[in-house]
Amino acid sequence: MAVAGTSGTGTRSTGSMVAAASTNNVTSFQRRGPRASGADSGCSRLVSIAGTRRSVRNGQLLVSTGLPALDQFLGGGLAVGTVLLIEEDKYNIYSPLLFNYFLAEGIVSGHALLVASAKEDPADILQKLPAPLIDHSYKKECDEDICGHKMESDIKMKIAWRYQLFPKMEGRPVLSSGFGHDYDISKRIPQELIETSKWHGFFLPEKISSTFNVESCSLTSGYMKLLQFIQNIIYEEGFDGSNPQKKQKNILRIGIQNLGSPLWGDDICCAENCDASHSLTKFLYILRALLRTSLSACIITVPTHLIQNKAVIARVTNLSDTVVGLESFIGSEKETNPLYKDYHGLIHIRQIPRLNNLIYDISDVKDLAFKLKKKLFTIERLHLPPDLSDTVSRSSKQDLAESAKLLGPGCGMTAGGKKHLDF
Amino acid sequence: MAWSWEALWEWNAGKKPAQLRVQGPRPCARLCACAECNRSARFIGCGQRNCACALLPRVPVWWVLPSSLRSIRDSPSSHPGPPCVLELGMFPELNNLLNTTPEGAEQGKLTLLCDAKTDGSFLVHHFLSFYLKANCKVCLVALIQSFSHYNIVGQKLGVSLTAARERGQLVVLEGLKSGVDVFFRPREEPHPLQFLREANAGDLQPLYAFVRDALQPVDSGEAAWRCPVLLVDDLSVLLSLGVGPVAVLDFVHYCRATVCQEWKGNVVCLVHDSGDTEDEESDVLLNGLSHQSHLILRAEGLATGFCKDVHGQLRILWRRPLQPTTHRDRSLTYQYKIQDKSVSFFAKGMSPAVL
Repeated sequence: MAVAGTSGTGTRSTGSMVAAASTNNVTSFQRRGPRASGADSGCSRLVSIAGTRRSVRNGQLLVSTGLPALDQFLGGGLAVGTVLLIEEDKYNIYSPLLFNYFLAEGIVSGHALLVASAKEDPADILQKLPAPLIDHSYKKECDEDICGHKMESDIKMKIAWRYQLFPKMEGRPVLSSGFGHDYDISKRIPQELIETSKWHGFFLPEKISSTFNVESCSLTSGYMKLLQFIQNIIYEEGFDGSNPQKKQKNILRIGIQNLGSPLWGDDICCAENCDASHSLTKFLYILRALLRTSLSACIITVPTHLIQNKAVIARVTNLSDTVVGLESFIGSEKETNPLYKDYHGLIHIRQIPRLNNLIYDISDVKDLAFKLKKKLFTIERLHLPPDLSDTVSRSSKQDLAESAKLLGPGCGMTAGGKKHLDF
Repeated sequence: MAWSWEALWEWNAGKKPAQLRVQGPRPCARLCACAECNRSARFIGCGQRNCACALLPRVPVWWVLPSSLRSIRDSPSSHPGPPCVLELGMFPELNNLLNTTPEGAEQGKLTLLCDAKTDGSFLVHHFLSFYLKANCKVCLVALIQSFSHYNIVGQKLGVSLTAARERGQLVVLEGLKSGVDVFFRPREEPHPLQFLREANAGDLQPLYAFVRDALQPVDSGEAAWRCPVLLVDDLSVLLSLGVGPVAVLDFVHYCRATVCQEWKGNVVCLVHDSGDTEDEESDVLLNGLSHQSHLILRAEGLATGFCKDVHGQLRILWRRPLQPTTHRDRSLTYQYKIQDKSVSFFAKGMSPAVL
């Protein structure tokens, strides 16, 4: 969404996106352009790129992750120049969905895509993306729900009047035009959308079949080739501002699937003390460096449940910006737990970056759960189901309390501590 | 029916005084003595209709640290007001806690910033703006964030890093930007981040050479900067990049010998404490640095978990590494909340949300 820059006083009010005056001095609330402000240091007008918007807090350029609900919990969206790390769930069922949403959002917004995988051909991945939801009847239904609720809110509550202050329902986040779309998982994306989009694929078995060079640095050859590929694309297509003649700026969305798995040639998932233990962390550092100096955003899925060395997981988390962990209930004891009967898994937002700021948008909700409906993947606040049984026995309450303690560690962004005390 | 000083002191130290109503003259006109204020234990007038302090002008609330209580007691007529944030920049409350001012900064010290399960980068921003205001020559080794990040936060704290860089007060090594250069376009001459291209555990000699060249005191006639300061953000990233903990400790040792001992400057570095993730390399690095440092600031999360109003706890430990520790090192613990332009510190349990 384009933001018109108006010249005027750079008042120190948060939430204002007023551009500074036309001098070269920048107030702290103007984002003059992408993070690679080196190339754009001449112009002071704000950049408007399709499918992006500016953050309310500090004017950071944001792109949507494809799921408006997830955008809301990440503080408005994914910042351009950062890495979104998805910790895969145990059987890798739901993390490809988030991956696909990210790529589908890129196609619909007209961004360039770079898909890297060691398991599946990128062309096949693109075929399986969800279609954007243009079903008007479904949207009307949702709007009617909201209107209906609005009418009811005029009635004042008489008994539990303190609850009047709480929001009526988890309202659907307001979608500004061009930012964040809904997708229908049951349908495939139309072929013409894929054909009109600009995408680059990196399929590891194809690239690695060429002559095997012994690399001098400690990265595995798969990572090395991927980094060179990404750097080539960024440089040639001008995402780092190296080609100033390009009129229309665009965002490059990079998606890397199953990073760290043995398919990439990395053995941190296989052994506790592995030879190339710094391979993945070095890769993430160079990737971060590439992203910070270009107009791109990246999603990575990592099977952290397979990594045996906990220290590596902590380092990987520190080197990524936004970290979201998925925990599905399939196969675990929580599947039969009455606490979780409405949901398919939990989402843990483990880390949100502080970019150009001392603080960040932190949501109050720590317990998030996801549910895969027929058409949608929804993320909502974990609600305990009401205890409607006829005989409210003490034992059942104790079971629920025990399960509530296992709700998983709260967000470790601002504070850690005894995990089960987070609420 | 007023608070006596002893009762106030006890209450501030976290102990509830035995009696709410104590005798004694009213120490300060701004401390209200009405029943409502006594009950809610507020210092400032509650504004109730029958409250005596409703007649007094509204005063701003500030957090009553022991030092300001002492000053109220000693001079009842003068009241310390809230520090003016715009004037001082950085985190003035942290300066009060550390008992330093930009004019009287100590020299020859190694300060260790460490964070456990939380993000301690606000301390790096504090020290960066503090030393720039203290007119020191600063070398910032920024390995984990881009320069514009520090610049924008610095502007909120009242220093302009671009201006400091232009006048030569600040030298920045941008790890991310030059890392890309060294990785994809390797050249023959040594680069500070050369270890990125090396296969086995590299050493940090080129990085030390960079720091030495950047902070070398220039023997020119003009009045130079006060003292050289090296700021590293952060050292744990070096472990992730394949450098061994011993090599990092060697690097810090070299920097200390040159910057602290020889040039009487300061070194500040940030290390992440890995906690229970059994990261042996990180533990070796953290323990080694803790024994060498003069001041340790440790930001950690609350033991009870996440809280919206209290973002964490800061433990300050003053040490004397070279002298025999006949008596215990002084240590203080405060809780903090990070706001948009500053960080507010308060004693444990004195958060505004709780009071």
